[in-house]
This record gives sequence, C-alpha cells and structure tokens, in this order.
Amino acid sequence: MFELDFSVIVIPANSSLLWEGIKMTFLLAGLAIVGGLILGTFLALLRIAKIPILSQISAAYVNFFRSLPLILVIFWFFFLVPLIVGRPVGAFTSVLVAFILFEAAYYSEIIRAGINSVRLGQLAAARAIGLTYIQSMRYVVLPQAFRAMTPILLTQAIILFQDTALVYVVGLRDFLVSAEIIANRDQRLVEMFLFVALVYFVLCFTASMGVKYYQKRINNEL
Amino acid sequence: MNYEKSNMMIKVKSVNKWYGKIQVLNDCSLNVSKGEVIVVCGPSGSGKSSLIKTINGLEPVNSGEIIVSGISVTDKSTNLDQMRSKIGMVFQNFELFPHMNVTENIKLGQTKVLRRTNEEAEQKAQALLERVDLTEHAHKYPSQLSGGQQQRVAIARGLAMEPMAMLFDEPTSALDPEMINEVLDVMVKLAKEGMTMMVVTHEMGFARKVADRVVFMDYGKIIEDAPSQDFFGSPRSDRAQEFLSKVLNH
Ligand SMILES: Nc1ncnc2c1ncn2[C@@H]1O[C@H](COP(=O)(O)OP(=O)(O)O)[C@@H](O)[C@H]1O
Ligand SMILES: [Mg+2]
Repeated sequence: MFELDFSVIVIPANSSLLWEGIKMTFLLAGLAIVGGLILGTFLALLRIAKIPILSQISAAYVNFFRSLPLILVIFWFFFLVPLIVGRPVGAFTSVLVAFILFEAAYYSEIIRAGINSVRLGQLAAARAIGLTYIQSMRYVVLPQAFRAMTPILLTQAIILFQDTALVYVVGLRDFLVSAEIIANRDQRLVEMFLFVALVYFVLCFTASMGVKYYQKRINNEL
Repeated sequence: MNYEKSNMMIKVKSVNKWYGKIQVLNDCSLNVSKGEVIVVCGPSGSGKSSLIKTINGLEPVNSGEIIVSGISVTDKSTNLDQMRSKIGMVFQNFELFPHMNVTENIKLGQTKVLRRTNEEAEQKAQALLERVDLTEHAHKYPSQLSGGQQQRVAIARGLAMEPMAMLFDEPTSALDPEMINEVLDVMVKLAKEGMTMMVVTHEMGFARKVADRVVFMDYGKIIEDAPSQDFFGSPRSDRAQEFLSKVLNH
C-alpha cells in the first residue's frame, strides 16, 4: 500500500484553488436555490390559479422537467443557451439557468403542497377584509405555506447543493473539479477524493441535522 | 332617492345558487335596513353560510341580485375587494392569521387596504382591543388565546375596517360553553350601538335580546322572515316550530 499524505491540501496554491472551488459551489447552489424558489413559487401560484390554461402550462412544465435527468438538462443548456442568445454565455450562466429551471419544478410541487396545507378559511378571511387575491397570497397564505414547508425546502436545497457537483460534465471549476485538478497534477487522487467526500459529508450532514432540529421545533409550536 | 331606499343596507333579490347539481340557495329574498339586527337560523346544510358568503361576494350567485348600500355585489363590474372591506365578516373558526400577533391581525387590512399609516393602524387596534377587553393580549399570537378571546379579536379585526355592516357565521358554535357569553356580550354591545348585523346563530337568547327579525332557512329556502317577537311567539311553519323546539330544549 502507498502512504496517504494530506499535506497536499494545505499547499497555498492548492488550498486557494480549493477555496475558489468551494466558493463557486456555494455561489451556484445559492443562486440556484433563490432563483428556483422564485420561479417555483410563481409556477405553484399558476398551478392553483383557477385559470385552466395557466395551470395546465404550469403542470406541463413541472412534469416535463421532472421526467428528465438533471445531467441531461445541464448538457442541453450548455449547448442550447448559446444558440438561443446567439453568442457564448459561459459555462456558469448556462449551468445556472439549467439548475434554476430544473429545481423550480421540484420547488413548485413542494410549495403547492404547502399552499394546499393552509386552511381554505384563511384565504376567505383575508379576502373578507378586502385584500386582493394577490395580497391574500402574499401576506396570509404564502407565509404560512412556507413555514410549514421550510424543512422540505431546506432538504431539497441540500440535495441541490450535492447536485451542483454535476457541473463536472461542462468543466465548471466547482469544488469537485478543483480537487480533481490537484489530484491529477500532484498524483494524490485518494487523498483529494477522500477530502472532497469528507467536506461534502460534513456540510450536508450538519445541514440536515439542523433541518431535523428545526422541524422538531416547529412541530412543537403547531 | 327616497328615504326607504337610502335606508336600505342589504337587499337580496331572488338569489339562486348551485354547487354543481345541488341547489343551496333557492329563490332567496331578504332586506336588511340600516341598524337592523337579523338572526338567521335553520338546520345544518340549509344554506345559511352560503347566503352570508354571497352577500360579501365570497361566493358567486347563479342568478338574482344582491345590493349592499346601493352597490351591486352581483354586478361583474363592481370592485369586490373594495366592497368586502366595507363589510365585516366573522367566521365560525375565527380564522385569525396564526403567523401574526393580535395587533398585526387587526392592522393588516387597515394598512394594506385602507392605506392607513402604521401609527394610525396601531392606535385603532389599541382602541378596538380596549373595546373587546383584550388590551393585555395585544402582542400574543392567536394560538396563545382561548377560543372566546380569538373570536373577540376576529370581531375587532372586522371592526377595524369601519364596516357599514357585520356578517357573523355561527360565531359561537366552535366555542366551549363558558366562552360563549363573552363573545355574545361584545355582539350585543355592537348591536346596541347601531351596527347593522346579520348573524347566523342558534343562540336564541341572543336572538330574543337584540334581533329585530329572525330568518329561518331550510333546504336553501327562506321559510320564515318575521319580527323576533312573532317568530318566538308562534312560528308559522311546522319546520320552524320543530327546529325551534329542538334548539330551545337542548
Ligand atoms: N364549497 C362547496 N362545494 C360543494 N357543496 C357545498 C360547498 N359548500 C357548501 N356546500 C353544500 O351546500 C349546502 C349548504 O351549505 P351551507 O351553506 O354551508 O349550509 P349551513 O351553513 O346552513 O350549514 C350543503 O349541502 C353543503 O354540503
Ligand atoms: Mg354554516
């Protein structure tokens, strides 16, 4: 057997590359979560609106994206977005668009379930004091829906964080790709991939423990 | 405009309403003058909630007309949001907003619909909480209050909009018996101050005390609409008699 040497990680050139990588991973995940939530909320509102054509469009969108592998969507947008806008847009933008469009489908289903969990009487009470439909959603229904759905939304966010590693296929320098560059260059494959696994594990495990704790707290409140 | 017309608060004219194949309102007509208190009673499923909900446009009608203070609720061109803000509504299950404290519940409509400033809304909320005797609970959340307290907050929330009429849909039927009176007391006070009220309730004590008229519904139809002395003296229909003997004897 060979000896493991983890000092490769702390060589300044390497650690700064890894740092850039993890920042990229967080930036991508963060923007994808925010974008996905906004688009997902919008899709959920269309879906529950009493206008058949809008809810059908939203349903079709959700079913479409939920039937495709994420990696395919990433690939697709990498080649498709430049064609549509007529110029190269860079891996980051295309990947971000892919993640937002893909995740929004999942978020919208979670949010729709959350909205449905709010008692119908709440909407009636909001309308009865003169709030418009949109105001009623904004101030009364959605805050309650999000509160009930936060644990599931966070869990989906953790999954998304892990899924960002798929940007590997378009060569975007996230945490995993940075680690791989070092692994190959310094011939420290085992160390680097163990390290990457450990970082992902610690981050995601801590986050899901946090979610569990939060879930318990709101269960006690309700 | 003649005197009688301008004194009319709610006018329901030959209203029909279906849920799919079920007819829940069958040719209902009803007039409520300014300052009148009307009690609506009848067996469960007779259409009382449906009637109340059509009056502030929460539920559409299939035919007929409803006019509140001269404005048609059933006319498509009416701004229903604005209309609703002028008609207070109190629900059986309170329906306070659980993510807001008592004061915020009372302020929401004031700031978002009436566009009052935060200070104005706050002052109004305080004054109303005093009126329903809940000043010390201003910063509690609905889940921290008893049912009777929650319902009084709900009444305050409705009053904050300075409505021209208040609709109540079984405001005490979800309450434990010992809390019913604290809510009825607030409603009696409101009635005596001259508020126009339409109250779905089986509290016949309340009806006797403040109702000008009692309306009895059955199978979506208004069977009786009589001054309360007459109604309690001798209801004309057998169904109303039967119903009355049930609610008075339990
Ligand atoms: N949203 C609805 N969809 C279908 N049927 C309904 C709905 N709301 C009420 N109903 C039916 O309409 C009838 C009258 O209901 P309601 O007005 O609530 O009566 P009440 O308040 O007198 O108990 C009942 O048969 C009820 O089942
Ligand atoms: Mg009812």
